[in-house]
Amino acid sequence: MATEGRSEAAPARAFYNDPKLRGIFYQIVLLAIVLWLGAEFVINARDNLRAARIATGLGFLDKTAGFSINQTLIPYTESDTYGRVFVVGLLNTLLVAVIGIVLATVLGFLVGIARLSSNWLLQRIAGAYVESIRNLPLLFQILFWYLAVLGALPSPRQSISIFGEVFINNRGLFIPRPIFDAGSEQVAAAFVVGILLSIGVRIWARRRQEATGRQFPVLWTAVALVIASTGLAVIATGFPISFDRPALRGFNFAGGGRVIPEFVALLVALTTYTAAFIAEIVRAGILAVSHGQTEAAYSLGLRPGQTLRLVVIPQALRVIIPPLTSQYLNLTKNSSLAVAIGYPDLFAVFAGTALNQTGQAIEIIGITMAVYLLISLVTSLLMNWYNARIRLVER
Amino acid sequence: MKCVGTMLAITALLGLGASASAQTLSTVKQRGSLICGVTQGLPGFSSPDDRGNWTGLDVDLCRAIAAAIFNDPTKVKFTPLSTKDRFTALQSGEIDVLSRNSTWTLQRDTSLGLNFTGVNYYDGQGFMVRKSLKINSALELNGASVCTQTGTTTELNLADYFRANKMKYEVLALATADETVKAYDGGRCDVFTTDVSQLYAEKLKLTNPSDHIILPEVISKEPLSPVVRHGDDQWFDLVKWVHFAMINAEELGVSSKTIDEALKSDKPDIRRLVGTEGNLGEDLGLTKDWVVRIVKSVGNYGEVFERNVGSGSKLGIARGLNNLWSKGGIQYAPPIR
Repeated sequence: MATEGRSEAAPARAFYNDPKLRGIFYQIVLLAIVLWLGAEFVINARDNLRAARIATGLGFLDKTAGFSINQTLIPYTESDTYGRVFVVGLLNTLLVAVIGIVLATVLGFLVGIARLSSNWLLQRIAGAYVESIRNLPLLFQILFWYLAVLGALPSPRQSISIFGEVFINNRGLFIPRPIFDAGSEQVAAAFVVGILLSIGVRIWARRRQEATGRQFPVLWTAVALVIASTGLAVIATGFPISFDRPALRGFNFAGGGRVIPEFVALLVALTTYTAAFIAEIVRAGILAVSHGQTEAAYSLGLRPGQTLRLVVIPQALRVIIPPLTSQYLNLTKNSSLAVAIGYPDLFAVFAGTALNQTGQAIEIIGITMAVYLLISLVTSLLMNWYNARIRLVER
Repeated sequence: MKCVGTMLAITALLGLGASASAQTLSTVKQRGSLICGVTQGLPGFSSPDDRGNWTGLDVDLCRAIAAAIFNDPTKVKFTPLSTKDRFTALQSGEIDVLSRNSTWTLQRDTSLGLNFTGVNYYDGQGFMVRKSLKINSALELNGASVCTQTGTTTELNLADYFRANKMKYEVLALATADETVKAYDGGRCDVFTTDVSQLYAEKLKLTNPSDHIILPEVISKEPLSPVVRHGDDQWFDLVKWVHFAMINAEELGVSSKTIDEALKSDKPDIRRLVGTEGNLGEDLGLTKDWVVRIVKSVGNYGEVFERNVGSGSKLGIARGLNNLWSKGGIQYAPPIR
């Protein structure tokens, strides 16, 4: 009653006193200022560039680059364009980021679990690892691994040889590269069939376990199935796969596949550094799961490994995923430190060499920033989707 | 390194976005010092000694400009730059002049928005290898790993040379000269390539300098020149003529030792040079006695060369192409008149 009376009695307000209208007005003013600043910046930059007669626009992407890059995932020669340099750099960044994320996750989970282990020695080693690695600057670690790798390895002529097939020296790791001849398609098909069969076995084993409670060694069966089907196909088609073996010719090994030491150093540094943070996230996640869950699992007769895998981790993941996402983003962005050791990532070859050769700072830095932003957004998107999927289903 | 690069790139964005002041000379006078972009340490060209004093051929050019403007060769602030960041720093106005053994090319002169003021060192690209490889010619380098600095003409010449001779190679391009030398010294590369003068300088930094040789081939023309921005012709003229004045002084026999006699000279070309006749310095925005200031505090081109890279230095490089045109070289300056 009283409230109704008050609202009816409220005097008519002037439109400029209406908080809603005011809010809208201020937002429009702010937006106009932002747009004006942006436009002013663009116009000013354009005029100044024109006055200094510095080339502008994206035309440089079609020009011949003229320099060489020592790790390319796609064919690239000196006569290719800056556009191709961009793709080469981007792929090199993605390569180290994706492999780094996978390895850092595995190592991080292992160390995080080890820190909670009841084994005193293991727990202490994991603790020392986390505390030392995460407290040292990453650039320092990258240089350490690079110089350690370079310092410890012999020159090509004194390479470390493993069964005469794999060679390690200060120019990298040289491995035989498979060459697929006619008949390889059947082998590939057999491999896929092996995997499909394994999936079938897994579905059957799960159904049987749900129905009868009896377990089946799915993993070993799957491994055996894949090896058997692929092996049979290889024999049946008469060994269609040959190997291009690396051999010392002149200065370096030629032929075969090669992993450059810059890649190894960067990957090791990024992996160990990020894994130290992931380990802490995993430890926090596991500790966030009530101890009653573990006790309940034990009382059901689950072994410690099963308890961890089937009860604790799935619940811990809810806490782990969001901070884990930011570690993935950090790893990707940190990969731009590659420039310090000459690994040809996007930042080094595009925002470094290409920028210097063309002088088009605004365009190149703009593109590079947009790409890092895009990679980060896609990573977040995937992780958010995964996070939503594993959310605790409340019944 | 990365951070510096990013910072420069961002200041470039902001700098280019803000204002590209045309009046470099008045800015420098107002500030009371010249800001000069140099290397991060290349003996003979620009390197700091143990007390932080910069010396070298490129450094002396900056000192000569400061002497001409302020009558004080110490009024220079040196900004060490990597090859990768140098042009961005100049374009964005971080530095007034880049005196950093940079090669004059058409593309840099035009689309980078730069002006090269005049060659103060004629160089060429060469190769350094370990003696133990027993190699005598660059044509035997097929399959080699080569260390070089990123963002240089060296990187492009290297690609051209190996392509032209149908040889394979692997390049390792690093951001700074120190990292490049370290990688070569550590055995990551068979070959270290850069301008020959630099090879001599960097060789001194290796663990065992006598284990390395510089191959006879010179595969490119590298005319090294100071650089200024487009859009300020007065400043361009000033930097250009400071260099020319030093060459003219050598040609006329005017050195830091003979400058007092030159002031009393009655030869017309010497009188014009030292400002006892005419008013040429003021046309540049300087004073009448600008050349006297330069020669007194820094010396003529020959003195600067010998002191920093020539027989008077650890590098011991012969004058060769860098001798005066009248003595078998190609250093030649337009007349001061």
